[in-house]
Amino acid sequence: MTQPTVAWTRVSRPTSAAVLGAQSGPGQTAPMERPKDRPNRGRTRPAWLSRSVINVVLLIAVAYALLPQVWLVMASTKDLHDLFGTNGFAPGAGFNLDENLRYLFQAQDGIYLRWLGNTVLYAGGGALAASLLCVMAGYAFDKLEVPGREALFGLVLVGVMIPSTALALPTYLLASKVGLANTFLGVFIPGLVFPFGVYLARIFSAAYVPDAVIGASRVDGAGEMRTFWSVAFPMMRPGFVTILLFQFTAIWNSFFLPLIMLSDTRLYPVNLGLYVWNTTAMSQGRPEDYLLAITGSLVAIVPLILLFLTLQRFWRAGMTAGAID
Amino acid sequence: MSTPMIRRQRRTAGLLLGPYFVLACLVTLAPLVYAAWLSLFSDRSSGLGFGGVEHVFVGLGNYLRALGDSTFRAGFVTVAAYMCLYVPVLVVASLALALLLDSGLAWARKAMQAALFLPHAVPGLIAALIWLYLYTPGLSPVIGWLGGLGDNGGPANTAPLVSVINIAVWQWLGYNVVIFYAALQAVPREVVEAAAVDGAKTWQIAVRIKAPLIRSAVTMAALFTAIGGVQLFTEPKILDQASASITSTWTPNMFLQSAAFDRNDFGLAAAASILLALVAGGASFFVMRLGRRGEA
Repeated sequence: MTQPTVAWTRVSRPTSAAVLGAQSGPGQTAPMERPKDRPNRGRTRPAWLSRSVINVVLLIAVAYALLPQVWLVMASTKDLHDLFGTNGFAPGAGFNLDENLRYLFQAQDGIYLRWLGNTVLYAGGGALAASLLCVMAGYAFDKLEVPGREALFGLVLVGVMIPSTALALPTYLLASKVGLANTFLGVFIPGLVFPFGVYLARIFSAAYVPDAVIGASRVDGAGEMRTFWSVAFPMMRPGFVTILLFQFTAIWNSFFLPLIMLSDTRLYPVNLGLYVWNTTAMSQGRPEDYLLAITGSLVAIVPLILLFLTLQRFWRAGMTAGAID
Repeated sequence: MSTPMIRRQRRTAGLLLGPYFVLACLVTLAPLVYAAWLSLFSDRSSGLGFGGVEHVFVGLGNYLRALGDSTFRAGFVTVAAYMCLYVPVLVVASLALALLLDSGLAWARKAMQAALFLPHAVPGLIAALIWLYLYTPGLSPVIGWLGGLGDNGGPANTAPLVSVINIAVWQWLGYNVVIFYAALQAVPREVVEAAAVDGAKTWQIAVRIKAPLIRSAVTMAALFTAIGGVQLFTEPKILDQASASITSTWTPNMFLQSAAFDRNDFGLAAAASILLALVAGGASFFVMRLGRRGEA
C-alpha cells in the first residue's frame, strides 16, 4: 500500500429521523452474568464496567500495534544464541546492542551507512523536489488563469489512478533503453512526480491563501512570480511540509522499483540492503546476517518514528484534507 | 479578450505547471508507451538455433499468452481473495476502535491514537521482516502461546493469505483509526445528546448514529484500501523466503518480476504490466466515481 487515502470528513446532515430512529432497543447482555436479584438487570450496566471493557479492548489494540516493535528492540540487544534461545519480548541473557551496532556499521566496509545516505538522498532529496513541483502546480491551478484548467487537472487525477508498482517494470524497461538502469537517477527521477501531492496542493492553496492577499500583491505592483514566491509560498508552508512527509514516506517505502532497477549494492536504499541480508540469512546459511537485518531495521526506523511523533500535526492535515472545501 | 494581466498570469502558470507536466510525461506516460510498444514484440530463437535471437512483431500475442497463463490469472484471484478479507477486516476494526475512542469513556485518547498510528511509520519492507520473524517457529515468542500455529513451518506456510493480511492490517489500522476519529469529531454533539436524552445507549449511539454519519469517510477508506491491494507485492515477496505456499508468481506484480528476470521474457512482462496498469487504473477510476457520488 503506497497510496495515501483522502479522508472525506464531511458529515451528512443529520435528519430528525436519524435521531428518532435510535429507539432504545433491548439492553445488551453484559459479558458477566449478574446475580438475578439485581434491580438494574437488563437496563444499564454500571459505568465502571463499560469503561473498563472499552479500555481493555483499546489496550489490546495498542499492544498489537506496539509489541512487534518491542520485539525488534529486544532482538537488537541479543547475540545469535539468545535470539533463538530466549523469549522475544524479554531481554536476553547478555546485552549485545553495542556489539550488534558495531557489527552493523562495519559489515562489508561500512556499506550500511552508505545505504542510509542513499535513502536520505532518494527520499529526502526526491520528496523535497517533488513537493516544490506540487506546490507550484497546485498554486497555479488554484489562483492563476490556466487555459483548459480542468482538463489539465483531469490529467493529474489520471496520474493519481495509476498505482506506482504498475509503473515499476515499464520504468525499468525504459530506463534500460536510455541507459539509466542501475544508476542513481533511475530510482531518483520517478520519485519526483507525485500527482496526489498536486491535488493536495490545490486544496491547500485554496485553504491557506486568501484571494484578497494575492489581489493586494498585484495592486502593489509585484509580478506574478514574485507574488507566488514571497506572498503565497510562505502561506502554503504547512501544506508543503505535509506533502513532503507523504512523498518522503512513499519513496522510503518503495521496494519494487529499486529491487528491479539496481544491481550495484553501493546504490541500494536501506530497504533493499536489509532484504538482501535477510535473504542471505534465511537461505544461504549465514545466520549471523539475522543480526544485521534486525539491528539495521531498528536503526532505520528510529528516525522515522521520531519524525512521525514530532510532525503529527502535518500528518493529520494531509489525511483529512478532503474535509476542506 | 486577453488583458495584459491575463497574459501575465498565463505565462506564469506555464512556468509553474511546466516542470511538473514535463516530468510526469517522462515518468508516467513514456514508460507506459514504451512498455506498450515492447509488448507487441517477442524474442524468438530463429532457425536451428544458429541465427541467435530475433525480435519479432507478434501483435497481441503476448497479451494472449499472459491471459492464457494460469499463474497470471491465479495472481489476480489471490489479490481478489486478499481484498475480500482484508478490506472488511481493516475497515470494521478501525471503525470499531475509532468509535471506542470517541465514546467519551476512553483513557488517554491522544496517546492511544499515537500508539496505534506508530506501525505506519515502519516501512512496509521492515514491517514484513518483523512479522516474518514473529511467524518463524523457534524465533517467535508468539507462536509458542498459540498452540498448533507453529506446525508445518508456521503460519506463513500454512495460512499465507491470513499472514499477509495481518501485516497489512498492522500497518494501516492506526492510520484509518486517525481518519475515522477525525471524522467523528465533526458529528454535532447535540445530535448525540438528543439521542442520549431519548434513552439510546452508548453502543446504540455509536452504531446507529455516529457510524452512519461518517459513512462517506468509511466508504472512501474502504475504496482506497482496495486500490492499494492491487499492488500487493512487498509482504508476499518477503514471506516467500519462508513459505513453500507462496510461489514466485503468487501476485500479478510477482508474476511480472518473474517473467522479466527469471525467464527474460520482456515481451510477456511488458504485456502483463500493461494489463495490470489497466486493471488497477480501471479500479481506481471506479473508486473516484464512487467517491464523487458519495460527495454529492
